[in-house]
Order: sequence, then structure tokens, then C-alpha cells
Amino acid sequence: MCLAVPGQVEDLKQNDQATVRMQGNTVEVCTTLVGPVEPGEWVLVHAGYAITKIDAQQAAETWALLNEMAGRASEVSGNP
Amino acid sequence: MSEQIEQLRQRLCSASEAADGTVRIMEVCGTHTVEVFRQGIRSLLPANVKLISGPGCPVCVTSQGFIEVAVRLTRQHGVLAATYGDMVRVPAAAGSLEQARAGGARVQVVFSARDALSVARESPKLEVVFVAVGFETTAPATADAVLLAEREKIRNFSVLAEHKLVVPAMLALVTGGQTRIDGFMCPGHVSVIIGSEAYRPVVERCGRGCVVTGFEPLQIIQSLTRLVEMTAEGTARLENVYTAAVNAEGNRRAQQLIDQVFERNPATWRGLGQIEGSGLQLRQAYRQFDAFERFGLVLGTDPEPPGCRCGEVITGAIEPPQCPLFDGVCRPTQPVGPCMVSSEGTCQAWWKYHRVRV
Repeated sequence: MCLAVPGQVEDLKQNDQATVRMQGNTVEVCTTLVGPVEPGEWVLVHAGYAITKIDAQQAAETWALLNEMAGRASEVSGNP
Repeated sequence: MSEQIEQLRQRLCSASEAADGTVRIMEVCGTHTVEVFRQGIRSLLPANVKLISGPGCPVCVTSQGFIEVAVRLTRQHGVLAATYGDMVRVPAAAGSLEQARAGGARVQVVFSARDALSVARESPKLEVVFVAVGFETTAPATADAVLLAEREKIRNFSVLAEHKLVVPAMLALVTGGQTRIDGFMCPGHVSVIIGSEAYRPVVERCGRGCVVTGFEPLQIIQSLTRLVEMTAEGTARLENVYTAAVNAEGNRRAQQLIDQVFERNPATWRGLGQIEGSGLQLRQAYRQFDAFERFGLVLGTDPEPPGCRCGEVITGAIEPPQCPLFDGVCRPTQPVGPCMVSSEGTCQAWWKYHRVRV
């Protein structure tokens, strides 16, 4: 629950909601904690809320780490 | 990068040789717990540097009394409990929320606080209770859902919340004296919300170094190196190596939301007991959304599962293999205590990684 995941804003919706792309998936995220966002900006998403804006490089580095983490976790637990 | 890691490791070794006795560094973040294992960082540590996992997993520190109340609540007629995935498998005396669901209770896992509110919006005949735990990262989301429920007059929504604040727990750990801690590797994403300056009291009042840390191996080793260096020098400083996401003041909007909806209360932590000003309860103006009031629930002091030593694991008093249940009757597939339930729990991290990485 402490982990936040980077995503790129795609579309803005009503009520401080935005569609955010996280690698292959898009999720609806609340942006009320970070203020106005624009499509193309990167945010860190935690439990369905963007908690801060980050830059593209930071997002890429975090995704590299998360992918490695997921690979290692499945290797250890034996789950796909 | 490996060259930088090697340089840091050498600095870490020199600092540890200069330190007097064992240096005990605590991390207070479930993701750090997992990453330290996964990246094999324990194997890089000098023999006299001990890394302790503290109360950084929100599900793990949630009091047994709260878990019992949440499970009992689902027995009430017409109630649907909506909660985060990690919560549903934590055992209570009468079984977990997941087992309650298998027995016919309405329990739904949600991705966010707003999703819980959507369930209420879509099910007007049910009383939807958002069972909310977590630190400063999830508290603003709960606050947001309460404000939206008020604005939209969604009367069948309430929250059963046990949000907790990290810094009061760190102060209590140092002053409580249950375990010696020389410095803290501070959580990454909690710090996005509270800002690095929030740890100033730990540094100035308690004389313990604090380094706000991200999740990459380089940052974790950098943080450990600085904390061991501070200990060797006999100094305590506040530093931030996760500047890409954390600033000094934190997320002001999130802090304002927390302050608007919640006030501090004395909260009970598994392993730490009651800590003054370490929890959040709904302010009087929002008590209409408080599930404790709406359903007449009382938080008890329920005992932890027999034989479970999660409380001592959380404070760093013991390591998981010292618990007689560890890897015997308590495993991720059949957890006895919350530290084995959560993917961020110290016991689950030890169970998954210790035997293969260190």
C-alpha cells in the first residue's frame, strides 16, 4: 500500500478525474491532490490518487524498477 | 551504476569500522522492506550494521481490535464493506473479511476511496462502509471521499477508518526504548505527502539521523551509508536522497484535506500500543460519516492470534525466524498474523526472499 506507480495523463474527466496510462493499461485516477494536470504529464499514482507530478525520466526509471520487481517476485513465489 | 554502488559500499564499510559497536538502522516502509531483500542489500552490509524493518506496513500495524470490528460489522444487515485488497485476508477471531465473504457477507475490494463511494452511489439500498487503513498516503483519499459524499449527499456511505501517522510512531519507538535505533531510512511515498521537514523532530528532539529514500538500489545504499556515517560521527542530520518526488514541505493540498476532515487522536498500533496524536479521527463536522457512530461500534482491545509475535516483529524486537510460528503454521498461503498476510509485511518478505537472497 505504500507503493505508488507512475502514469501518464491521457484524458481529463469531470470531478478531478483523469485517464492515466500505466504501461499497457489505462486507469481512472483522481487528480485532486496534485491540482490541474495536462495530457502528457506524468504523475505518481497511489491507491487511485495522483500524489505528485514527476518528470518523464523519473517515470521511466521507476517503471524499469517495477518491472524488475514483478519479474523477481514471480520467480520467487513461482506464480506467473 | 555498479561502480557507484561499490564506492558507496566502501564508504559504508569505513563508516561502520569507525562506529562504536553495532549500528541499528530502521526502515519504516513496506516497500523498502521488500526492496532491501529483493536487491540483496542485506548481503552488502558490514557485519555490525543491522537493518531493522519497522512499522511501515499499514495493514500490519492496524490494531487487532479494528480488524475484529471490521469483520463483525459485515454481519450487520444490509452492510457492504469496501476495502483495500491487503485488508481482506487479515485474520480475526471469527475469521478474515475474505472468509466472511465466503460465508455470505458483502465484502468488496476496491482500488480507491472514490471507488468505494461509487459502490455507495450505485447501491442506494445498501450501507456501504469504506474500511480504510493506511498512513498519510491514503488518508487524503479517505478525506476526499468523505467531502464528496457530503457534497453529493450520499447518505448510505460511511468510513470505518484507522489512519495512522508515521512520525509519532518513529518518536515513540525512539523514546519507548523497546529497541535501539541509531537512524531512520524514511519512507518514500509517505514523504511525498508529509515532506522531508516532517522528520525534523526525530532529528532535533531525538538526535536520530533521517534520510528520505526512494526505491532504487543506489538510493537505498546511499541512504544507509549516510546514516552509518552520521552514527559514526555522532551527528544527526535530516537528508533527502529522493528529491525526484519529495520536497521539504510535501503535498500541501493533501495535508489540507487531511486537516479539514480529520483531527489527531491517540491510536493503537500493533506492537507499539497506544501513541498520543498518532491517529486520525473524523472531525465533529463529518461524524455523520463515521461508521463507529453510525453502527454503534466500539474499538476493543482484542488479543492478537495465539502465539503470534507480529507486534515484536513490527518494533524490530525480534526477526521473523525468531517467531515459533514462522514458516511452520504461519505462511503466506495460511497466515496467522498480518506481517505474513501483506506483500509488504516483514514476515512475508523474509519468507519469500531470505532463503534465496542472503
